[in-house]
Amino acid sequence: MKTTELLFSGFGGQGILFAGKVTAYKGLTENKNVSWLPSYGPEMRGGTASCSVIISDDAVGSPIVSHPDCLIALNLPSLDKYESAVKTGGVIIADSSLIERKVERTDVKVYYIPATKLANENNIPTLANMIAVGQMLKALNEYNEDTVLQALKKVVSAKHSDMLDVNLKAVKIGYEY
Amino acid sequence: MQNKVLMKGNEAIAEAAIIAGCRHYFGYPITPQTEVAAYMAKKMPKIGGTFLQAESEIAAINMVYGVASAGLRVMTSSSSPGISLKSEGLSYLAGADLPAFVVNVQRGGPGLGGIQPSQSDYFQATKGGGHGDYRMIVLAPASVEEMASLTVKGFELADKYRMTSMILADGTMGQMMEPVDLENLKVSKAPEKPWATTGTKMQRKHNIINSLYLKPEELEKGNIERYERYKIVEENEAMYEEYLMDDAEICVVAFGIAARVSKNAINEARSRGIKVGLIRPITLWPFPKAPFDKAKEHIKTFISTELSMGQMIEDVKLATDCKANYVLCNRVGGMIPSPEEVLEQIIKQNGGNK
Repeated sequence: MKTTELLFSGFGGQGILFAGKVTAYKGLTENKNVSWLPSYGPEMRGGTASCSVIISDDAVGSPIVSHPDCLIALNLPSLDKYESAVKTGGVIIADSSLIERKVERTDVKVYYIPATKLANENNIPTLANMIAVGQMLKALNEYNEDTVLQALKKVVSAKHSDMLDVNLKAVKIGYEY
Repeated sequence: MQNKVLMKGNEAIAEAAIIAGCRHYFGYPITPQTEVAAYMAKKMPKIGGTFLQAESEIAAINMVYGVASAGLRVMTSSSSPGISLKSEGLSYLAGADLPAFVVNVQRGGPGLGGIQPSQSDYFQATKGGGHGDYRMIVLAPASVEEMASLTVKGFELADKYRMTSMILADGTMGQMMEPVDLENLKVSKAPEKPWATTGTKMQRKHNIINSLYLKPEELEKGNIERYERYKIVEENEAMYEEYLMDDAEICVVAFGIAARVSKNAINEARSRGIKVGLIRPITLWPFPKAPFDKAKEHIKTFISTELSMGQMIEDVKLATDCKANYVLCNRVGGMIPSPEEVLEQIIKQNGGNK
């Protein structure tokens, strides 16, 4: 029985909640139990956004992730705030194009990926979040193109179906990095 | 998985209400329940329903009174300070024996408080809030699935007993997304409402909806009849979940998000050999007596885990004749106890044995 607790964090506008939602839907597509909980409090007004996602073979207990197995930090304040919370042996995905410092912890696995830079280079400047998701799925050994696509189909609204391919492309860029 | 979609708790309430046949929603925005109103604003016009953003919470609850008088399924939703404003209306609804459905997605108080999750409106919901002798059926969901199913249940119970039923959720339940299968929601048909003011068509006597009875004999009679009905609700409608209670020596009591957190702590404690279980009231009024009748025979300590300064713990004591040890494990003001904090309390009550 496996439970994976994820914490996505970054600036408002980076697509933190969206990335969490795709990840949750991917779990649902794979018949897992999932939960998704956004921050909606005063910290949101300060410009940062975060969300807790849990993917589990068992029923999900508390939906609040305070000690993630994996932290996806898309800006420096997020890494500063949550680095110490990650479980021993856990994973940190850091957007190295926006976070200049290195992770100080030595008991976690760190994957630096210049997600924002890659997004700009590939002419998909709004999709650094999905590039980070691709890297995260690689780090957790959870990549599955089929279920990622199914999840994207659930989250990307029919009106914006042209965005499906670019989202998938972004995930692939992150996976292949 | 086919039918399951991810939905926010607030959206699940709104969609379930529509499935239950509610076509009239009146509200006024307040965090963290605004998604209920937003969903209704989008959906109601498409299905011939009414969405109305009232000028205030007080106006909204009185619009509910109006539609309920006409015998239709109707609702309003708000969060703590807004429910205080609606409380006069809740008392009037009770006094006029009208069925209504109200949602409170609680935030920290008192006063304007904060916008983070809380359970500190327990007293307000279960013991009154408005004036006079009255009760509401209070439902406490602990998942998005239950946000939906208890909404349907809420409309059904309101009609059945001519009472207000209230969903008492919190910011977490409202904001979180979980898989929910709305296609399998079962809804029973609304009962006939011969008392409703639907126009006499000159074929029957006027129906009068009113809560003013100046003759004390009449007012007393109405109160006593109402409480006979409440007694039937208490006997028949209490709902709860028991978790690992069979051999438990310590019992955690929690509802809503506090129950979710407590389950994590209980699972960890069990893995360390501590005999601890959970009673999760699903109806807060009527407060479920049956699991406590059983539990009081073998439970030494009850730990009430709440997002309040200790409100439900009073009902736990009453339900167990004040004969055990009672401990409060709480955070307030928008804070949520962590599984570690609950576990620490369980270990402490187990004599410190880890």
